[in-house]
Amino acid sequence: MRSKPVILLLLLHSLLCFSSLSSSQAISAGDGYTINGRVKLRSMGAQGFGLPGKLSNVKVILNGGQRVTFLRSDGYFSFHNVPAGTHLIEVDAIGYFFSPVRVDVSARNPGKVQATLTENRRGLIELVLEPMREEQYYEIREPFSIMSIAKSPMGLMMGFMVVVMFLMPKLMENMDPEEMRRAQEEMRIQGVPSLANMLPGGAARS
Amino acid sequence: MGNGMIRFFLVLLLFLSSAEYIFSLYEDQVGLMDWHQRYVGKVKHAVFHTQKTGRKRVAVSTEENVVALLDLRHGEIIWRHVLGANDAVDAVDIALGKYVITLSSEGSILRAWSLPDGQMVWGSFLQGSNLSKSLLSLPVNLKANKGNVILVFSKGCLHAVSSIDGEVLWEKDLSAESIEVQQIIRPLGSDMIYAVGFVGSSQFDAYQINAKNGELVKHKSADFPDGFYGDLLLVSSDILVSLDATRTSLVTIDFQKGEIIFKKTHVSDIVDESFGTAVLLPSELSGMFAVRFNTLLVFIKVTIEGKLEVVDKITNAAAVSDALSFSEGQQAFALVEHVDRKILLTMKLVHDWNSDLLKESIAMDLQRGMVQKVFINTYIRTDRSQGFRALIVMEDHSLLLLQQGEIVWSREEGLASVIDVTTSELPVEKKGILVVKVEQSLFEWLKGHVLKLKGTLMLAGPEDIAAIQGMRLKSSEKSKMTRDHNGFWKLLIVLTKAGKLYALHTGDGRVVWSLLLPSLRESGSCKRPTGLSVYQWQVPHHHAMDENPSVLVVGRCRPNWDAPVALSFVDTYTGKELKSMGLIHSCAQVIPLPFTDSTEQRLHLLIDAEKHAHLYPRTSEAIGILQHEFSNIYWYSVEADNGIIRGHVLTSNCIGMVDEYCFTSRELWSIVFPSESEKIIATATRKLNEVVHTQAKAIADQDVMYKYISKNLLFVATSAPKASGEFGMAQPEESCLVVYLIDTVTGRILHRMTHHGSQGPVHAVLSENWVVYHYFNLRAHRYEMSVMEIYDQSWVDNKDVWKLVVGKHNLTSPISLYSRPAVVTKSQSYFFTHSVKAIAVTSTAKGITSKQLLIGTIGDQVLALDKRYLDPRRSLDPTQAEKEEGIIPLTDSLPIIPQSYVTHALNVEGLRGIVTLPAKLESTTLVFAYGVDIFFTRIAPSRTYDSLTEDFSYALLLLTIVALIAAIFVTWIMSERKELQEKWT
Repeated sequence: MRSKPVILLLLLHSLLCFSSLSSSQAISAGDGYTINGRVKLRSMGAQGFGLPGKLSNVKVILNGGQRVTFLRSDGYFSFHNVPAGTHLIEVDAIGYFFSPVRVDVSARNPGKVQATLTENRRGLIELVLEPMREEQYYEIREPFSIMSIAKSPMGLMMGFMVVVMFLMPKLMENMDPEEMRRAQEEMRIQGVPSLANMLPGGAARS
Repeated sequence: MGNGMIRFFLVLLLFLSSAEYIFSLYEDQVGLMDWHQRYVGKVKHAVFHTQKTGRKRVAVSTEENVVALLDLRHGEIIWRHVLGANDAVDAVDIALGKYVITLSSEGSILRAWSLPDGQMVWGSFLQGSNLSKSLLSLPVNLKANKGNVILVFSKGCLHAVSSIDGEVLWEKDLSAESIEVQQIIRPLGSDMIYAVGFVGSSQFDAYQINAKNGELVKHKSADFPDGFYGDLLLVSSDILVSLDATRTSLVTIDFQKGEIIFKKTHVSDIVDESFGTAVLLPSELSGMFAVRFNTLLVFIKVTIEGKLEVVDKITNAAAVSDALSFSEGQQAFALVEHVDRKILLTMKLVHDWNSDLLKESIAMDLQRGMVQKVFINTYIRTDRSQGFRALIVMEDHSLLLLQQGEIVWSREEGLASVIDVTTSELPVEKKGILVVKVEQSLFEWLKGHVLKLKGTLMLAGPEDIAAIQGMRLKSSEKSKMTRDHNGFWKLLIVLTKAGKLYALHTGDGRVVWSLLLPSLRESGSCKRPTGLSVYQWQVPHHHAMDENPSVLVVGRCRPNWDAPVALSFVDTYTGKELKSMGLIHSCAQVIPLPFTDSTEQRLHLLIDAEKHAHLYPRTSEAIGILQHEFSNIYWYSVEADNGIIRGHVLTSNCIGMVDEYCFTSRELWSIVFPSESEKIIATATRKLNEVVHTQAKAIADQDVMYKYISKNLLFVATSAPKASGEFGMAQPEESCLVVYLIDTVTGRILHRMTHHGSQGPVHAVLSENWVVYHYFNLRAHRYEMSVMEIYDQSWVDNKDVWKLVVGKHNLTSPISLYSRPAVVTKSQSYFFTHSVKAIAVTSTAKGITSKQLLIGTIGDQVLALDKRYLDPRRSLDPTQAEKEEGIIPLTDSLPIIPQSYVTHALNVEGLRGIVTLPAKLESTTLVFAYGVDIFFTRIAPSRTYDSLTEDFSYALLLLTIVALIAAIFVTWIMSERKELQEKWT
């Protein structure tokens, strides 16, 4: 079979990038092609959560676990001896969310390779994989606030009590004594309001 | 109006309950409910790195394809890498004192890992065409212009690789010579390399190669008419030893002289008696070698003249290490023997057999079995004498470090290869203890809560916070050995590849007991036993309360499925084997029946290769129960290779056998899939112990749908044969995935659906009336998850009460096998980002709590995904009524919310399976995930609605109550005063 390394680079970020990749061109594959790429982890937010972007714990996975490779200290990785076809590359890095990448290794015109992020269908000019977002595995504890206490059942209870204590007398004062008497009368006739009266059916009947 | 009010409250309730769908955790809650244990697996090879300064470490490679560096002081993992599933490590070594070198994937990948932190420094792909033995050798002082040279022989090719950057310096292809290279030898201080091996079965070849440039210097070849058996062993720099084809003679080969000289020595000439066939031990002991005859180990020395001399015979030896050179060019090796309940570690000098450097006997747990491997290392004691430490690998895969006659540390590496899991309840607590405890600790309890309140109000200092954290971890009474009120503490009964059964406490993950099953150990009649599965055999409740629960462990003597079965019954409280049975019949399938006898032993049917069913327990009572239900027992078998699913039914007792517990079966139905277009790739059924709360499902417009709930539902996925192989090979046009729902009693296909342009691997889970499956969509080149729900239509007409009264319902219409059940299925598909390794569903005690899917992703994390995201009734624009019901607007892909990873920032390396267990508390599910690591947690899919959360502030509650009481008094006094005032006026 032909032995043609495939370099997934058309446009380049930096010269350094180029030099190291072209050196990897020297590795010629057996009866397949070589996929070279790079994973870039940069600390994106301030909330690191004790998860440093350690390259040593990052895995690059081809076709759902068919092959697993690791990153070198500069972030480069390669898969050797990959047959022509359409492949899927996933990056496993705790603390980061990576989109899987569809990689087409063409047999007809070797050297031509297409890479597309499957999550947003964005084409990649070169196989430089960057996390789409950082993943925060823990809830952040809300700092203490009066509102959180007020929102809790106990807070509501207290609030209700305050309302009853201080507002109800005011309301009662403003009430018409005539109306008050009528209400008391009514209560005496009906007795204690039962739960049934409160239900919609019961209300309709009354 | 009233209706509107109720609706409003419902919405409010829904809003409150569904404010967060997700499982979430605060960082300080890690370790409260979960535990995580990291393992490496059974060690294949170990290389010590103990220089004078710095930490003492050992690099290991294991059968789980793990490369790891362990700290020798306590045995913890410094770093670890789990290689791919077909990237098995062939060899490991340390180069330049700073790189761990591994050769993997049948010798095609050579990698160097930085010793301190495990960062990969370089990785090289080595080419070659034929399969061959992979050899890695790191000769000392063989320098090229770029550091030391690593010699690798793999795939018929000899490679010299620079250890600095992994560049291949030269390679010599030997594949054309059809030589099977057995050893790469480099005599000390020379620039020559010898590659020696066999051509065919009776020709010995030696190639002399220049180490500088890989040029072939000399090629020697000689015929040995008797033929060779097995491996070549290097005894000294110029003498090799092998066995002849009959395995009765030892052959020494001298290859460095002018021509190759063979010397054949019959075993019986040097060893007095003949003990049967000989096996060469692969240990490298310079000037000596070890041969095993059944139980006898014979050490044979090769004299300078090339004569063989027996040095010693040892009867109960277990393992021999390689020779290790230490001070003044002396070489020593370790020999481990089993004596009674102890192991005897002897260090011997190679050149002086009679003096032992060290003789230590160490008490060893019988449940660890025999010593299988030993690796040795030297150190300088404080009194400047030579000390030795030994790393031993036991039969149960555990790893122990021995030093100065003691076990310094041990690692239960057996837990890295879990096969099956079941649970057992803990004993019930004796009454009376608990009350005293509470009274005693009431003050403590109050103090704790005041502290907690301080924490909530952010008034606590750092030491207070530490105290709170410590209290939290302690207060949950994790290590209690009795049943708790919420059913959180159980025993996880775990069967491992080594044939060992562990009981893990769910509270803290410690091993309560462990048992190396005698029935799953190698014996004369059982050569390669493997554990299959473990079942709950006896779960005492009601009328058999005094019995201890027990489990049934099923194993096989050989890996092939018609091998005889081995059964063990193990008490889960004591960890003792109650009884065992073996070698009766084969076992293709185990069916736990839904019947128990008077002692709560569950009836099990074991189906053998001839489709006979064997009943366990073997009691007449069990037969009576079975006879009663004889015609109601159906089962199915899946023949994935032939593409056939068959249904079976019991017929009668076995004919021609006196065994009354044996029954014959009859094939009831079969479904044959066309082999040219469909291949079975996945099946799924409901969990036997799953509880369904209600069959009815109320939907928005005051209507009811009836779930089709059947224990006999089987999900089958088939794929085009071309697309069932590797990824990326099939075109979307030629691959298609077909899914079926089959009733396993009647063999009727209830539903069939085709996903064009899709392929496996399929991971599926079936629960209640729905199935969720994960597959790959080739057209979109993304993973997809589909949900399929099946509803019963035969009930639809019966909803009208009037019809029931008048008698126009169809409940009395005859039910027949031949009538097609009126079912309707709904389905929907969504994109899912990750590859999936395992998929499970939460299970709760009563089945009321809403379900969550637990998805083991390719990154070895476990994601909890609410079932509501996989609801075929989701639509782009749900109506108001549907929104109230909790239907989420349709999106094309399933959301991945980082906070809903149940494994949070951890990962369960090499994840293989997820098991869910109901707790007694309805809201809570226990989750156990296993792989190389094991992880346990408990989750509440709809939050803990039936208990207070951990961070519930009791102090605040007390405060509120006190404030309320005070307020009551204040208002009472106020009203009294007011009344008095009114009376005065």
